[in-house]
Amino acid sequence: MTIDINQFHGVFFDESDEHLQDMEQLLMTLDVDAPDPEELNSIFRAAHSIKGGSGIFGFDALMNLTHVMENLLDKARNQEMLITAETVDIFLQTLDVLKDTLTAYKEKTEVPQEQIDASIKVLEETLANVSGETAVINNDEQNDSNELSTESDQIEGFGFFDDEEPATETQGEDFPPAIEGFGLFDDETQNETPQENITDTALNSEERPAASAQSKSESSEQVSTKDEGFGFYEPEALPIKPTAVQSATKAPKQPIVKPVKPKAVAKEAASIRVDTTKIDAMVNLVGELVITQSMLSNVGQEVEGQVGERLQLAIDELQRNTREIQESVMSMRMLPVNMTFNRFPRVVRDLSSKLGKKVDLVIQGGNTEIDKSLIEKLVDPLTHLVRNSIDHGIESPEKRLESGKSQNGTVILSAEQKGSSIIIGIIDDGAGLNKERILEKATQNGLPVTPDMPDSEIWQLIFQAGFSTAAEVTDVSGRGVGMDVVRRNIESIGGRIEIESSQGEGSAFYIHLPLTLAIVDGMCVSVGEQIFVIPLLNVIESFQPTTSQVKTMGNDKVLWIREQYWPLVSLTQMMQVDGGITEPTKGIVVLLESSKKRYGVLVDSLVGQQQVVIKSLEQHYKKVAGIAGATIMGDGKVAMILDADSVAANCTNIPNEEVSL
Amino acid sequence: MSEAALQQAVSASKENEFLSFVLGEEHYALDITTVKEIRGYEQVTKIANAPSFIKGVINLRGDIVPIVDLRIKFNVGEATYNDFTIVIMLNVHERIVGIVVDGVSDVIRLSEEEMLPPPEFGVAFDSKYLHGLADVDEHMVILVNIESLITSNELGLVETKTQAVEG
Repeated sequence: MTIDINQFHGVFFDESDEHLQDMEQLLMTLDVDAPDPEELNSIFRAAHSIKGGSGIFGFDALMNLTHVMENLLDKARNQEMLITAETVDIFLQTLDVLKDTLTAYKEKTEVPQEQIDASIKVLEETLANVSGETAVINNDEQNDSNELSTESDQIEGFGFFDDEEPATETQGEDFPPAIEGFGLFDDETQNETPQENITDTALNSEERPAASAQSKSESSEQVSTKDEGFGFYEPEALPIKPTAVQSATKAPKQPIVKPVKPKAVAKEAASIRVDTTKIDAMVNLVGELVITQSMLSNVGQEVEGQVGERLQLAIDELQRNTREIQESVMSMRMLPVNMTFNRFPRVVRDLSSKLGKKVDLVIQGGNTEIDKSLIEKLVDPLTHLVRNSIDHGIESPEKRLESGKSQNGTVILSAEQKGSSIIIGIIDDGAGLNKERILEKATQNGLPVTPDMPDSEIWQLIFQAGFSTAAEVTDVSGRGVGMDVVRRNIESIGGRIEIESSQGEGSAFYIHLPLTLAIVDGMCVSVGEQIFVIPLLNVIESFQPTTSQVKTMGNDKVLWIREQYWPLVSLTQMMQVDGGITEPTKGIVVLLESSKKRYGVLVDSLVGQQQVVIKSLEQHYKKVAGIAGATIMGDGKVAMILDADSVAANCTNIPNEEVSL
Repeated sequence: MSEAALQQAVSASKENEFLSFVLGEEHYALDITTVKEIRGYEQVTKIANAPSFIKGVINLRGDIVPIVDLRIKFNVGEATYNDFTIVIMLNVHERIVGIVVDGVSDVIRLSEEEMLPPPEFGVAFDSKYLHGLADVDEHMVILVNIESLITSNELGLVETKTQAVEG
């Protein structure tokens, strides 16, 4: 009997993805001055696992690259090689290549062989340098490497001596500017000191200045051509005492809250990998159980006497149990929002060094749990907003100093649960939105604006298509194709976005999301014999119109209310339901607001408000115009959930005008 | 799977089991492996802008499943709904579809030799949706290729045909 090895590919890809993510995180938080041996071990183990797996499945390109990387990491964890900012950079670049390679294998496309070869070359060169260096050390003295580590520890301790902050924390803070300064080396002299300082301290280079200078200049050439000449600064930097440099660079800095390092302990919690379709099936079944239980309790109420009482007790017990089962099943789909947030330290690091800005990222509430499907859909809009904040929000270090702010800008990513919604914030302490520019641009684009509009309305203008006030287009952002997409993405997952901003102090984007995609707060309305659910998000109000409010326009009816004409859609006509009320004054009108239009919907009556579980119509049928999905009501019947956008789009009598929100 | 391949796959096995059912006066049968379950007709929820033979959707233990009345689609018999009206739930390409029939009669086993080629005309179904004909207990039984029928554009149950086949 042969075993089809392909069936394990999915698991390997999932696991490797996780390993790569872990490695990236660990590398980002790795303290170059005093690398935690346990962390280095973890990185090594992750690389080793990927190598092992790719060997089994015959992913040779992946194996070869991880093999070289593993060798380097092995040296690092055995303290035969010292981790520097450059090596971290090299590792991060290697991770990028690994990700691409893994995706290529996953999607069965061609592996990026050139990139892999280049990466292997860089790693091997670094390895060669390290081996050369260690060979020298070993020739000098047998226990030199041990001595080296203890010495550097002492030096570090010495460097932080004057500081009252705990050493580990301050070292962590020193790490980002060293990296940021990297690209700016030639322009700003203040940046070169921390860079030198770290390598100096780490290598304890007074003993072997020539060797370290050489290895550094070589490795930095491999990283990028910008950093040529790196080695030439060495003689000038050397006379500066480590202590002096430390305090000099630290002085202008303010205490920063570092993102809490993910605890290794948490990862070791027992878990099993379950296919999401199995969980979804379970969610479905539990939904059924809830319906059956409510049917049972209906019957139970009809039974009288002693038996009836006992039955009632049992049903109450059942009700409690089913509710608990439902809650725990729903929680299986929930994941900490950190799954999304964790990619941002890298995004911020890369982007800020590219733009020559200094940005600290703070993550708050990363443990807030959110539906898995939402997590995946949040990545794009969040990335866009964070990039926006760094590109447009945070000013350059010089500008920040001019306006009396600290040199480092701060971007806060936060998440918290409020009631049945999750609020995700992207907050920066940059320049804030420029009201005049937005208004100017809006007038240019022919949007109806007045200078005395409330701020909140002005901020919403930036979500219009083709709206960018960036003075110049960079390759990061500014083309004006973004914010409207961000809003559309967020609305597609049932959320909305709010902006707060004040000039010169910063801006904040808040994304309000439902706890889960699977449930919507809805208003149940009846039309003929059918029930429809209108998402509460879209409902403005409902009322019974008077004759004077209903006007006729050709064949169509419009409503006059709130000093405005509202198009009126008859649900019974649109949904082709028999027996619905067609005379507006006899029924109820629900005023709706979709992302583009406002209109009224005529229904027979209101049934009530409730949370409903959204079921897909497309799974077994196909998409229906005007319908977002279906749900199962308490009596087991199917009710359709209206899609306010789609209803508006399918109704020709609604004038296609933008809503001035 | 292309239709030819499907035909081949069906005829490759020696004996096939079919579920026979009645539409009006005519006897039909479909591949029993596609049948998920058989249940009585229940009230459906209508869908807007759907053709008349798509009665609507029902809740099948949490799945929203469309119900198709083949009697209306192919003008066979009368579309009446009573306590004896039967719905055959089919599982085709991971989609569940219910078809309304007048009654379910039997499970029949047919060998390849017993399956006769379909006529070019004379039955309500287009011959491309048929496996063939068979003579069972002096009845003519029309063997419906239910997979190709359900995924066909004619029924409009799926967005596009290719999509369904992939699913």
